[in-house]
Amino acid sequence: MSNKFTRYVSNVKSKYKLKYHITYYILIAFTLIFTVISLTGGMKRSSAFLLEQIGYSIILAVSLSLVVGFLGELSLGHAGFMCLGAYFAAYFQNALAPDFTKSLPLLSLIVAMLIGGLVAAIFGFIIGLPALRLKGDYLAIVTLAFGEIVKVIFENARAFGGAFGMKNAFRFDTDFLFIVIFLTAILTVAVVNNLIRSKHGRAITAIRDNEIAARAMGVNVSFYKITVFVLSAFLAGIGGALFAASSNSFSSKTFDYNYSINILVMVVLGGMGSINGSIIAATVITFLNVKLAATLTGNLAALKNLIYALILIGMVIYNNAPKLKDFRAKYNLRNLWSKLYAWLHKLFCKKKPVDDPAAEKADEGDWSKIPTKVEMDAILSTDLTPDTNYTPDKPDKPGKEKGGEQ
Amino acid sequence: MIKVLTTLINGLSLGGVYALIALGYTMVYGIAKMLNFAHGDIIMVGSYTILIFFNMIGIPLVGLIASTLISVLVCVVFGIVIERTAYRPLRGASPLAVLITAIGVSYLLQSIAQIVFGTAPRTVILNFMGTITIGALKINVATIVTLAVAIAVMAALTLFVNKTRTGRAMLAVSEDRGAAQLAGVSVNTIIAVTFAIGSALAAIAGAFTVMKTYTVEPTMGAMPGIKAFTAAVIGGIGSIPGAMAGGILLGVIETACDAVPVLSPYKIAIEFALLIIVLLIKPTGILGKKKREKV
Repeated sequence: MSNKFTRYVSNVKSKYKLKYHITYYILIAFTLIFTVISLTGGMKRSSAFLLEQIGYSIILAVSLSLVVGFLGELSLGHAGFMCLGAYFAAYFQNALAPDFTKSLPLLSLIVAMLIGGLVAAIFGFIIGLPALRLKGDYLAIVTLAFGEIVKVIFENARAFGGAFGMKNAFRFDTDFLFIVIFLTAILTVAVVNNLIRSKHGRAITAIRDNEIAARAMGVNVSFYKITVFVLSAFLAGIGGALFAASSNSFSSKTFDYNYSINILVMVVLGGMGSINGSIIAATVITFLNVKLAATLTGNLAALKNLIYALILIGMVIYNNAPKLKDFRAKYNLRNLWSKLYAWLHKLFCKKKPVDDPAAEKADEGDWSKIPTKVEMDAILSTDLTPDTNYTPDKPDKPGKEKGGEQ
Repeated sequence: MIKVLTTLINGLSLGGVYALIALGYTMVYGIAKMLNFAHGDIIMVGSYTILIFFNMIGIPLVGLIASTLISVLVCVVFGIVIERTAYRPLRGASPLAVLITAIGVSYLLQSIAQIVFGTAPRTVILNFMGTITIGALKINVATIVTLAVAIAVMAALTLFVNKTRTGRAMLAVSEDRGAAQLAGVSVNTIIAVTFAIGSALAAIAGAFTVMKTYTVEPTMGAMPGIKAFTAAVIGGIGSIPGAMAGGILLGVIETACDAVPVLSPYKIAIEFALLIIVLLIKPTGILGKKKREKV
């Protein structure tokens, strides 16, 4: 028994890596700090509201990242799932069980979150079905259409308040709601991270990189596509329920095409296929949105969108343009970081850092880091392009081969 | 009966506008293999140009024609510049990256318009044409002009694509880009020409939109853009007759929904539901060609 236990502990210890868990530590630390501030009464209402917005933005960005970054399908209707979650959660709290909500607000919120998530998940399943037949641009347009349909239907549904919007009489206590939202966000990140690092996650990224090859390897493409859509919709529905809990009234006009694009901007700026990136981008963009909305008024309010648009275009071109490939390989953050690291190492340790290519090779099969779509494309495409300096009579210089180095 | 006829004529006219926009989408998709999300915003650019020059010239009919011609020029320049700066560097990159860039361009144009012209809608009084009565039938002249010009432009475009050298080169590029290049077609030029034609059509569609609504605002292009894209997909994206058929079908459906009070709040939902149904039953659209996927 004890032997088994020690073996288990050593097993966990050997697998433990700080980089897997650092995100959770940071998020938990932030939650604790803000909880203490809130409990001692030092938190302004506006700051608490900002934290709530950041929290559900993280949930939405991470759930969209699952579809866009890992499955490789573009979804432009993420706000539609959020809208479903928000409306059904608010409907449950206000119309179906007002007494329950009054007496046990936290429990009621959790039930409402589950209801919102489940309703969104059902629609995620329905939207996942066309995803089996369509891909790329077509699927993007179907999700866009779905988002618009949801918006229009709620705008005209009398039971949900119609064009005036849904009134929420049970706005959750400002002092505590952000704690609930942050805990949910941490849970969301944990679910998505663990899914991506599992066998199933590797199957999902395999579909993204080459669907036909994945199918040939025996990956059940239909199952994984549907699963990812359902899970992503479920998490977005939960985000919507939290959105509903943080507002006194809301209308379906909020969840328009622009909101979906806003979430997409978070995912793209954070780096597709990077969950930590999505979290950081969601935090920064929501913070800037709220702060800039206060300072930029009138026609200048669009300046914010202008900057986002420019960053979006610049970022995508820089990361994807085929002509900039050599430039990217030369100057990128990872290169800079490793140079800085080597320099620091030399400064303090007076010993060269371990730079053994064999060790790197052995680490390759570890899958500790899922390559992003961009990196994967680079790896897949380099093998096919012949070297421009290639001359048939001279043998290739060793070490000049591209590919496999990413 | 009269009501049905009026609805039909209005629907055909609206459908003509959608078809003009859808042609831009479908040609760009067929030739550059990308979804130009910024196409709807070109309509907005054209409409603002008309607003400026129409007010500057002041004489109704001359002003409208002259400002439409100027707006066509401005939109062509915009289309070519956008293609050059935003899309050409990404030729050969993954479709997802191109799509996201197009969304970024659409956002960029909207926010520039908001900064320059303000978020509030501006009005242009283009109601000088009046109405015409045939028996009990009473129709706006603008509606008939829209329909006539749309049909003329579509006929001209069909002739251009099928009869001229450049048009046939466009067909060749859309069929097989590599083979067309080997046959001596300059693919970059052809793609630029496609963007120019698409933007010119969008400018004309913008003029008709202004003639219908009399208002210009920064986000005015988004909804007609999405609807026209729907029309292009319903008709089969990449196919020019398909875009015309899809656009006219969508226009008639929209006006028919408007005429029935119960359906009118749900018209957008009905149109998009139609899109989803068409895609599920026949993903290539009504007149689209099926392509086999190769490894």
